[in-house]
Amino acid sequence: MAIAEGAWREVALSDDEFRRIVTLLGRDPSPVELGMFGAMWSEHCGYKHSRPWLRLLPTDAPWVLEGPGENAGAVDIGDGLAAVFKVESHNHPSAVEPYQGAATGVGGIVRDIFTMGARPVALLDALRFGPLDEPRNRYLFENVVGGIGGYGNCLGIPTVGGEVYFDPSFNGNPLVNAMCVGVARHGDLMRAKASGPGNDLVLIGADTGRDGLHGATFASVDDPKASHRGVIQVGNPFLEKLLLEACLELLRGDDIVAMQDLGAAGLTSSVVECASRGGVGAEIDVALVPRRETGMTAYEVMLSESQERMLLVVRPEGLAGVRAIVERYGLHASAIGRVTGDGLVRVRDGVEVVAEVPAMLFTDACPTYQPEAREDPGIVRRRTAPLDDIPDLTDGDAGRRVLLDLLGSPNGCSRRAIWERYDHTIMTGTVVAPGAGDAAVLRLRGSARGVAIAIDCNSRYCSLDPELGARHAVAEAARNVSCVGGRPLAVTNCLNFGNPQRPARAFQLREAVRGLAAACRGLDLPVVSGNVSLYNETAASAVMPTPTVGVVGVLDDATRHATMVWRSGDEILLVGGDRPSLGASEYLARIHGRTEGSPPALDLDREAGVQRVVRDAIAAAALRTAHDCAEGGLAVALAELALASGVGATIDGEPPAGATNRLDERWFGETPSRILAAGDASAIAGLAERCRAEGIAAFRLGSARGDRMAINGLGEWDLDELRAVHERGLAPLEGVNGQPGVVP
Amino acid sequence: MSNGIGVLSFPGSNGDTDALHALTDGVGAPARVIDHRETDLSGMAAVVLPGGFSYGDHLRCGAIARFAPVMAPLRAFAARGGPVLGICNGFQILAEAHLLPGALLPNQTLRFHCFWTHVRFDGLPTAWTGALAAGEVLRLPVAHGEGAYFADDETLDRLESTGRIVARYCDPSGAVAAAANPNGSARGIAAVANEAGNVVGIMPHPERASDPLIGGADGLRLLQSALDFVHAAV
Repeated sequence: MAIAEGAWREVALSDDEFRRIVTLLGRDPSPVELGMFGAMWSEHCGYKHSRPWLRLLPTDAPWVLEGPGENAGAVDIGDGLAAVFKVESHNHPSAVEPYQGAATGVGGIVRDIFTMGARPVALLDALRFGPLDEPRNRYLFENVVGGIGGYGNCLGIPTVGGEVYFDPSFNGNPLVNAMCVGVARHGDLMRAKASGPGNDLVLIGADTGRDGLHGATFASVDDPKASHRGVIQVGNPFLEKLLLEACLELLRGDDIVAMQDLGAAGLTSSVVECASRGGVGAEIDVALVPRRETGMTAYEVMLSESQERMLLVVRPEGLAGVRAIVERYGLHASAIGRVTGDGLVRVRDGVEVVAEVPAMLFTDACPTYQPEAREDPGIVRRRTAPLDDIPDLTDGDAGRRVLLDLLGSPNGCSRRAIWERYDHTIMTGTVVAPGAGDAAVLRLRGSARGVAIAIDCNSRYCSLDPELGARHAVAEAARNVSCVGGRPLAVTNCLNFGNPQRPARAFQLREAVRGLAAACRGLDLPVVSGNVSLYNETAASAVMPTPTVGVVGVLDDATRHATMVWRSGDEILLVGGDRPSLGASEYLARIHGRTEGSPPALDLDREAGVQRVVRDAIAAAALRTAHDCAEGGLAVALAELALASGVGATIDGEPPAGATNRLDERWFGETPSRILAAGDASAIAGLAERCRAEGIAAFRLGSARGDRMAINGLGEWDLDELRAVHERGLAPLEGVNGQPGVVP
Repeated sequence: MSNGIGVLSFPGSNGDTDALHALTDGVGAPARVIDHRETDLSGMAAVVLPGGFSYGDHLRCGAIARFAPVMAPLRAFAARGGPVLGICNGFQILAEAHLLPGALLPNQTLRFHCFWTHVRFDGLPTAWTGALAAGEVLRLPVAHGEGAYFADDETLDRLESTGRIVARYCDPSGAVAAAANPNGSARGIAAVANEAGNVVGIMPHPERASDPLIGGADGLRLLQSALDFVHAAV
């Protein structure tokens, strides 16, 4: 059948790309082949605009067991165990149908982890929305949180951490990034590499419907709202739970050669990926795929993104056993084809061959682009804008009011209203729970070790300086892991950007990847997995560039960890720290309405030293309280400690001032590589001594006591007064119900 | 000869492993997971119905699980006086199966909640609370979307007058107060027992309060009853 003029544009292929397909095939593609190319060569699957730059990222280290290219990365955490993890976006679906979009985002990332043979043990989420005074944003936020909880809670995987920020650039473009961490024994790690011609291809899990058709393509163009709702997948966490348990049991046997979940681009992607990774071919018959709807065409079956499905490569002699296990979980297994030796992906519909293409053409032959990259001069202006017209805090009450405002602001307030809707105690492994520390800590059954996990990105820093901002993202996520006592091991990242065909966005993407690469090299953190989400852009605006960074670390002894809780009588020490500055700060944005100035400088050697000295003290059981100073500076970090502890503080020490000795800069200015530590006098004296020996700056700030917080020269607050504003920050959500519902 | 404690596992149960570990590692009781298709519970010293989302909570929490094959032998086991503990979804299943009075409705906020609560045990002793002092307060986490205990006033009055309200949500000092009620449960009820006191349902999770490292070990005070059952059964 001939391809109608322009039909390729409906699957988001350019004229050039279509001509390339015709040349590669030596003929016109069939309609099914065209759809498969459209999906596989989409930005989402093909990484067309990011692949050249992603090569900059360091991916190797002796402790890396599996780097990028598989369903998730894996690192050695000792005792024969591996941590398997990845972060992935579900931004576009969540913009249209937030509950299901977020839910299936969780479902997809969880499948990536158990496909590797690991039991998922933790979820985290990184979210961005427009301001909550917009009803549409409240609806999105409420339902995204509802969807994440609805899916993860049902699966019985604790959601133990995350972050959320609000900025008008996310109006119409919310970001929903979900990270999953699993644990496996080294020998149980599974790969998605088909091999052994003659092996069976077996589909298990949900039946295939028309939902999610073109999902991968849709995530690769501007303005998702212009598309229709039919592309959104609907999640069934109950089915996923059955699939999870069935797959982990299957992997304990010897009959499974490879496993690949069906995510973006559905059956097309999983068959192609399995074949191309293994350097083999595959032949399937779509007539053998169980359907949940009648009258589906071969095209629809190949491009459906129905959730909760898994493709297995099974040794023929094991098929009966696999079927028995799968059926015991109330699921069915359908042999839909087999591995071949000819390198072709052949799709039949009964006797008719509807597609026959070398697997490599879908993957390796996918074009890549290095679009023109040029920084927006408006951003240069804002980055270099003079800030000396900002009035310092002068009148007696100004400092008091600023802290109350920052602590109660959407970006500074307690996230309790979110994480209390996520089950974070299931699996009885959560040692440091949400809100209790800078990163989550999980214990590991059968081992004394623990895993520490954090996810972070300062989108504002990245918007003003994507290279430096991305370096900060890596440093801060690693710092968070160090603050609970974890030794950071590796990074997963999710690159959320606008349309890469616009030079200003391409610049942000390129620079952010450069920044990630520099920080990962500097801190010895390989990138083991990741995901790219571009076109987070509507006609009105693009998102602030957001390279979300997840860091996984290990604690040799899970009982030796730190939290944000200090005790009355503890002394407080500021470890590390350059002069703080106001550029790109939360204070400047919130109090003065200006997203301007340069983010603070970051010295990776100093960063590594500060993290090491704190981490070592925690591992030696000499320190139990540590907290990173991030958005809002020192005053906000001190207040967060006081609130988490229920114990106030008297701060009479003088931390370093900024370049001009301003009060606001000293207490609300930002600079990286600073950690607040607290402990009894001898522990803090020991830590200060260690800092001196290592050439790391350290400042005694005061002590924890009472039910008031007093900061010398800035103000005094009752803890109750701080708590009231801190806990009320997400109050606009009261009365909004997080179920699929009415769209404002 | 006792097979120890049986932890029932329905499709969608997700607290079965936690309950198993709390029983074996936490209190040292022999325990094993029992598939929802098993039809014989004779020989078990006690049975625990764990938390989770049995059958995806489709239709109504616990409404489908009550028809699982294992429920017939469970009824027989309970009728013989065998100790049965339903935790969270397990409580919902026992209520749907009418092995316990009342029902668990959606939380007053219509949202899922996960946090630590305090509960005060002051009903008559039951199979599972014999080791607790009257008025003892335990700190246990909740994690549920449908935990608001409901029964008509007559039933509530009867439960109250016969000492079958096993536990109520309270503040850390033990005072039962509206502010401590996390979900809108009638009369602050967190746990109830059947007439004979051998079947108990509780919304908070004792099995998740099984080690100080994960926030507390108060739940073991409840679960250690399992050891008595095992010893009595041998």
